[in-house]
Amino acid sequence: MNRVLKGFAQAAWFGGALSLSIPLAFAESPLSERKFEFMSPESQATQQDDFSNPGMLWVAEGEALWNAKAGATGRSCAGCHGDAAVSMKGVAARYPVFFAGSGRPIDLQSRINVCRKTNQDATPFPLESRELLALSAFLGKQSRGMPITTGEDKRLEPFRARGQELYEQRQGQLNFSCANCHDGNWGRKLASSVIPQSHPTGYPLYRLEWQSMGSLQRRLRNCMVGVRAEPYPYGSQEYVDLELFLMTRARGMPLETPAVRP
Amino acid sequence: MARALINVPAKAKRGDIIEIKALMSHPMETGYRTGPDGALVPRDIINRFICTYNGEEIFSADLFPAIAANPFFSFTTIAMESGRIAFRWIDDRGQAHLETAEIAVE
Repeated sequence: MNRVLKGFAQAAWFGGALSLSIPLAFAESPLSERKFEFMSPESQATQQDDFSNPGMLWVAEGEALWNAKAGATGRSCAGCHGDAAVSMKGVAARYPVFFAGSGRPIDLQSRINVCRKTNQDATPFPLESRELLALSAFLGKQSRGMPITTGEDKRLEPFRARGQELYEQRQGQLNFSCANCHDGNWGRKLASSVIPQSHPTGYPLYRLEWQSMGSLQRRLRNCMVGVRAEPYPYGSQEYVDLELFLMTRARGMPLETPAVRP
Repeated sequence: MARALINVPAKAKRGDIIEIKALMSHPMETGYRTGPDGALVPRDIINRFICTYNGEEIFSADLFPAIAANPFFSFTTIAMESGRIAFRWIDDRGQAHLETAEIAVE
């Protein structure tokens, strides 16, 4: 972190610029420099205690949904998959995955809906609905603490590359790319908030600002609105490609679902 | 109101100070926000929380619109006898949610 900040300070000094200067080259931070400690100790404590982590309310709801019969077939998730602690262990840590049915990557929320539609013959949950967030939080919890393994499938490569392209592409009225802040200026502050490194290790997560659970797509939408760009609709391929790229670069980091963020 | 997470130690020694935690899922709608149609969304908050230990009140709180969604309480009491610790949340619609936990005191 010091190295980055020093380089940044020098650039500003030699440029004689008082305005926000942005380094030209972006480098992914090495694993040893990736930080979890961007949050206040209070927020970290809220996440670490399962009885104070509000995300656990969604996990509990997701568990109830997992065991509830649904759709025309009258089958529950547990009816086929059994105990989620066994069958779903490590699953969330590898999403988004390549989905042969569409020939594209698919994220966990949409994958749950595919199962709901084809195997339960039930109406898919709307994206970002309480039920879908609850089920994905419940599945994510089964992999908590496990290293993220997204992106091992070679078929994902073109979509990961497309995600990276979107990440580095300037957009919106403010003309910022994701990388401008999250690679070039992480650790510094945007107003009072620390800019994190964009490793989405805890989604779906409870955001104090939202006073609710939300998906990574909701968080991406948040940043896009922030740079005054037109956000993509929920479930769009752009979001899934971005998710894939971000999860791939977080490979090796432990999954934190359900995380708590300010 | 739907779901609550409570944490009471299952066992304690007589005279021990025990920590109790209660997390409740609730939107805590302030009554100051407008909906998509421009009209105010009616206030709906939990306005009262009460915890009793074998029927005796040990902790209670009045809640106000500035309190965030999914309110969390953490407090301590002294373990005096085995029995039941009961939690009650009451919201603006008059709905009450009840949870109980047993504690064994040696």
